Amino acid sequence: MGYGGPPVLTDVDLAVSEGELVALVGANGAGKSTLLKVIVGLLSPSTGTVRVFGTEPHLAAPRIAYLPQAEELRWDYPLRVDDVVAMGRIGRKGSVPEGAQHDALARVSAADLARRPIAALSGGQRQRVLLARALVARPELLLLDEPATGVDPATEEQLMTVLRDIASTGRTVLVSTHDLAGVVAHFRRVVCLNGRIVADGDVSLLRDDRVLRETYGGHRPAGPFDYADEHHA
Amino acid sequence: MPDLFEPLQYGFVIRAILAASIVGIVCASVGIFVILRSLAFLGDAISHAAFPGVVIAFLLKANVIIGGSIAAIGSALAIGLIARRSGLREDATIGVVFAGMFALGVVLFGRIRTYTGDLLGILLGDVLGVTEDQLVLAAVAAIVIVSALWILRRELIFVSFDPTGAAAAGLPVLRYDALLLGLIGLAIAVSVQVVGIVLVVAMLVTPAATARLIARDLPEMVRLTVAFALASAVAGMYASYYVNTASGGTIVLVATLLFALTWIARSTRRRQTR
Repeated sequence: MGYGGPPVLTDVDLAVSEGELVALVGANGAGKSTLLKVIVGLLSPSTGTVRVFGTEPHLAAPRIAYLPQAEELRWDYPLRVDDVVAMGRIGRKGSVPEGAQHDALARVSAADLARRPIAALSGGQRQRVLLARALVARPELLLLDEPATGVDPATEEQLMTVLRDIASTGRTVLVSTHDLAGVVAHFRRVVCLNGRIVADGDVSLLRDDRVLRETYGGHRPAGPFDYADEHHA
Repeated sequence: MPDLFEPLQYGFVIRAILAASIVGIVCASVGIFVILRSLAFLGDAISHAAFPGVVIAFLLKANVIIGGSIAAIGSALAIGLIARRSGLREDATIGVVFAGMFALGVVLFGRIRTYTGDLLGILLGDVLGVTEDQLVLAAVAAIVIVSALWILRRELIFVSFDPTGAAAAGLPVLRYDALLLGLIGLAIAVSVQVVGIVLVVAMLVTPAATARLIARDLPEMVRLTVAFALASAVAGMYASYYVNTASGGTIVLVATLLFALTWIARSTRRRQTR
């Protein structure tokens, strides 16, 4: 899988079941975003197949919601929060119920932001608005590209609570992230990427020095458990 | 106070005011997207690229709006296509296509020396020379442009605000971009008769940019853009009638003045509220 140059990702063999909440970790350029884009059908694999709900990604698109990295969006536009949330209806099959937008905003505790100009939103509020937009059409698969970037800990906690709720109702959530401590705190399954799948399993894999080295190369970040260990000392 | 009905006794003045108003509305609606997508340079380029189409139509004694539309829309789509295929940045492609097309216009223009007065009107605008046929054609084009933008407004905003998210939701982003370029090209061709090739970009950019200074949301930006554009068109026509100046230039000057006043008013209000 790649963008025409050397492949960004090779040998990806990954199956995710309904109701799972999965974290994708890896350094910048490790292929996290690429993998999410392949799943939603924005990129096609050069070899191999991707099946989403047993069909081609683009055919499954109406059942998938994808949250791009927040900095890719034009937050300077003269739009209000509910204009952005309303975009969640566009391209969706079937009718979306009338109150869906309000419900989605309430779900991320942002009902009071509805009339706020988007230019005035903080990083955490932007993420909540994007998540609300994704929830409008009640997707069965939710893909989030680095939602924790530029978000304060309280908002991250809140986002994760919403995502856990969604997963607990049998819907599937994949999140790419740099925040290893957040992964350990909120996820059960982690997929470590570094141009390929280095490891895939319980988040306790992040305890394994070999896994972290292979995921991040020589310059591995502080592991999520280093912090905890310091506390015990 | 001059008698505001006095100019209206002349048919050509009424046609001119109608034409300027149509151009104001067309450019305002397209201009909102030109501003939101940062396409001011592209708008300038497309208007210059319309030149050879106008000259060829003139040589063939065909309708100059149609000739201009074909060249403008063709260049707009070519710019988008070349930028995607060549890997060059869009501003480079715009520069190449715009200069090449305008040069073609200049060369062809040099071949005909007889009716240069009419062709100068194309470069600088000749709103007083608008015929009834041209007015009807402009009105039809205006209806097409405004209804296309209105019907597809949600999709076009989504695609502009968040192209990746829109593509992920299954929207054909490239097709919407092409449609937008085509509508910009058509709007320019319709406007050339009124303000001329050199000044069309001002009608596309200035009213929408003025509205962008103060609008808090999109409906407000649409209302203000149309208001600024219509005010510039009508006030510019009247001013050019009484002061006896070139209409296209006067309309653009009024629009520029409105921009300056709005900016000053905004700065003063901000200083007060601070």
